[in-house]
Amino acid sequence: MAADKQSVNMTVNGKPVSGEVESRTLLVHFLRENLRLTGTHVGCDTSQCGACVVLVNGKSVKSCTMLAVQADGAELVTIEGLANGSELHPMQQAFMDNHGLQCGFCTPGMIMSALDIVNRNGNDLDEATVRKELEGNICRCTGYHNIVKAVQAGAKAMGGGS
Amino acid sequence: MYEFNYQKVESVSAAVAALKNADDGKFLAGGQTMLPTMKHRLASPSDVIDLSGIAELKGIKASADTVTIGAMTTHAEVAASPEVQKAIPALAGLAGNIGDPAVRNRGTLGGSIANNDPAADYPAAVIALGATVKTDRREIAGDDFFTGMFETALEEDEIIVSVSFPVPRAAAYMKFENPASRYAIVGVFVAETSDGIRIGVTGATPCAHRGLRLEAALAGKLDSAALDSVELPVDKMNSDIHASAEYRAHLVKVMAKRAVDACN
Ligand SMILES: Cc1cc2nc3c(=O)[nH]c(=O)nc-3n(C[C@H](O)[C@H](O)[C@H](O)COP(=O)(O)OP(=O)(O)OC[C@H]3O[C@@H](n4cnc5c(N)ncnc54)[C@H](O)[C@@H]3O)c2cc1C
Ligand code: FES
Ligand code: FES
Repeated sequence: MAADKQSVNMTVNGKPVSGEVESRTLLVHFLRENLRLTGTHVGCDTSQCGACVVLVNGKSVKSCTMLAVQADGAELVTIEGLANGSELHPMQQAFMDNHGLQCGFCTPGMIMSALDIVNRNGNDLDEATVRKELEGNICRCTGYHNIVKAVQAGAKAMGGGS
Repeated sequence: MYEFNYQKVESVSAAVAALKNADDGKFLAGGQTMLPTMKHRLASPSDVIDLSGIAELKGIKASADTVTIGAMTTHAEVAASPEVQKAIPALAGLAGNIGDPAVRNRGTLGGSIANNDPAADYPAAVIALGATVKTDRREIAGDDFFTGMFETALEEDEIIVSVSFPVPRAAAYMKFENPASRYAIVGVFVAETSDGIRIGVTGATPCAHRGLRLEAALAGKLDSAALDSVELPVDKMNSDIHASAEYRAHLVKVMAKRAVDACN
């Protein structure tokens, strides 16, 4: 079959982008290969690990389980869109301060999911809520303990507390 | 993933027409089952028809006795809906416990029941609540909708438009979940309806079914002790790396008892 090409336009980290993709191009591949935004990772082929989570119109989505064409017209935020120059986003800073990562492979997805958790649950998060909400993000290194602490601290910092 | 033609349509009739014109077309809803299946090359449709632009498939309407949910309504929307939380809290809770937040942000009611995974949650609620599935051409009773493993009463080109759930007097859903995917190893939905107590069981057998033995043992009363003596046919249960048939038969009873207790 001749490759069915589609043009897509979307806003990624505040900037309009466009491109030609095959219908079967996954959003994560468009981000990584066309836009060279390689902070979004691929950790599985079963839609279970969450390393690929980005925000699409403000909601957490596994970018390995969405076609690039399905994001046509959408507003996206990836891990690259969080820091302000050299100043880290409070959630990124909290992962650093709380030792919320070891190899770092899962971290972009953890942080993007954490932002969605704060959006829906506010800045004062208890441990049980964070653990339940992170069910779709797998980490092979940390044992989660410090990730949970980082998300709680980051949520507080985003609300202006420390 | 193999190549395919993608098109996004704006009406139910255009979607049905697009499917009729395709060699081997498939509707795409949230993609949370279909895209992983296509990545694994277990499905390779020639045409993918995206339903996400069809306004009439979205949204939730509640009246005094029925909650009607559009097929393209996401699990997250059902879970967060004040109408569903008020009328059928067990259904909002079920939706809020499917997979994980990112799956719930994309996955839909229509996609879940059309797919009819043996371990999916919604089928238990559709059966127990005596829901009606409305398609582009007819209405199908919940009891008749799920026909076999990954099989439903839908025709190839038939679209689910919405599902109407009668509001029960009381209802509860208990799931023993797979810790990796959150799919149901066993899930039991108990509802006290105008039609008596109805029970939907998922995860246990190749296709979600009505728990007729459990219903008979309850004999119209929400008393979990009445379930102790029920014998469930172990040879009909699924057996896999997650749970043996014996264990699943045991879990059906345990989850049913917990759900009955939670109704009270
Ligand atoms: C990591 C992970 C965990 C999950 N955990 C759970 C869980 O705990 N419990 C659970 O129940 N599910 C779970 N799921 C499945 C999830 O709920 C899916 O969203 C759902 O099964 C399919 O819905 P979808 O909207 O994504 O449909 P799609 O994947 O887009 O489509 C699925 C099938 O339905 C057909 N279809 C879709 N919409 C319609 C329609 N309106 N009319 C006719 N046919 C239609 C499609 O053609 C396709 O064959 C999980 C999925 C993942 C990836
Ligand atoms: S790469 Fe998307 S969930 Fe694993
Ligand atoms: S830090 Fe290595 S996978 Fe999470």
